[in-house]
Amino acid sequence: MAVLPKPRGPLSEELVGRLVAGGKVAPLAVEPGSPEDAALSLWILYELSYRGYAEVDDRLEHDPELVRVRRRLEDDLEQRLRARWPGRPDVAADADFAEAFFAMIEADDGPSLARFVQREATADQAIELLQHRSLYHLKESDPVAFALPRMPVAARAALAELQYDEYGGGRPERLHAHLFAEGMAALGLESTEGTYVDQAPLEVLEQNNAMSLFGLNRRLRGAAVGHLAAFEATSSLPCRRMAQGLARLGLPEEVRAYYEEHVEADAVHEQLATRLICLPLIEAEPDTEDDVWFGAWTCLETESRVAQHLLERWGVA
Amino acid sequence: MSGQGASRASADVIICPGGPLLLRGDHVIADEDGVEHTTTRPISAVCRCGKSATKPWCDGTHKAIPARNRP
Ligand code: FES
Ligand SMILES: [Fe+2]
Ligand SMILES: [Fe+2]
Repeated sequence: MAVLPKPRGPLSEELVGRLVAGGKVAPLAVEPGSPEDAALSLWILYELSYRGYAEVDDRLEHDPELVRVRRRLEDDLEQRLRARWPGRPDVAADADFAEAFFAMIEADDGPSLARFVQREATADQAIELLQHRSLYHLKESDPVAFALPRMPVAARAALAELQYDEYGGGRPERLHAHLFAEGMAALGLESTEGTYVDQAPLEVLEQNNAMSLFGLNRRLRGAAVGHLAAFEATSSLPCRRMAQGLARLGLPEEVRAYYEEHVEADAVHEQLATRLICLPLIEAEPDTEDDVWFGAWTCLETESRVAQHLLERWGVA
Repeated sequence: MSGQGASRASADVIICPGGPLLLRGDHVIADEDGVEHTTTRPISAVCRCGKSATKPWCDGTHKAIPARNRP
């Protein structure tokens, strides 16, 4: 169960009140007071589809009024993301998909938080970053799990194979989200979902919401696996840098273990995700191709916004 | 867009151009020095570029070497 975040404006305030009150939700006419209020409200509603909250009736996940509000907020988010997207890269019709995909990743020149942690970050900055990362890592691989039954056969088999690894290959102690939770516990941090949502800036909320948007809507399954592939393809080397930075700062072994595991795991996952998930999906359902690229680009773009924001706030960008 | 994704989907050994070799299932790999390494995940990536810091496994380092020198 997740912890209900503190409201950040009129809409999230109203939502939290209605959730806790329970019962059928009456028409809700409150407008978000700010982009943060909107993003937090959407995060709160999405969480009903993951772990839920101890003080909230599970049936509210599909309350018609809450679904209407969620739909409105996620339509806004999707429109915003699509408006930022420059469109799919110019790739020759006979080009190799994986090669074109990795080339797009390589061309990305967003700032790198991992590099900063590796060389310069203070322990406080590294810990703050881990708190922000916890929004995703504590539900690692969960958003795209919703896309699993929506994949055509070959892509579904490969996505299941990738997720089997993310979920520990049958061993709870190796489940990635759990490895991260153990790292947080070793640092004396809370590992309950939602604990650090209160500290999350707009960029982190939006990054997290984008994954739920793609995972929870069948229509956006291409974006869900495109996002996954870009995430995996930008993970191995940065995770090595993170592990080195955390070691430099003398942070506990358990926190490093999460990152060390990802150096090797994601070197496998990036190949699986591009060659055996995205490509077979595109081959079976060509209409999804645009969204595969859109999802991948959104992964890079939302991460670069998070990095830019944090590095600016820490006075290093 | 092309690629052999679908046709290769159920192979046990998959060569990734410019990158590792994917091995599906449980295997024991002997490295250059004869040291044996056992796979630990459903699919493993074996380094083909020779530059990985976690050999015999791929760690993504192949992406940091010029494209023409990749396997
Ligand atoms: S093939 Fe990936 S590091 Fe060598
Ligand atoms: Fe993972
Ligand atoms: Fe992964």
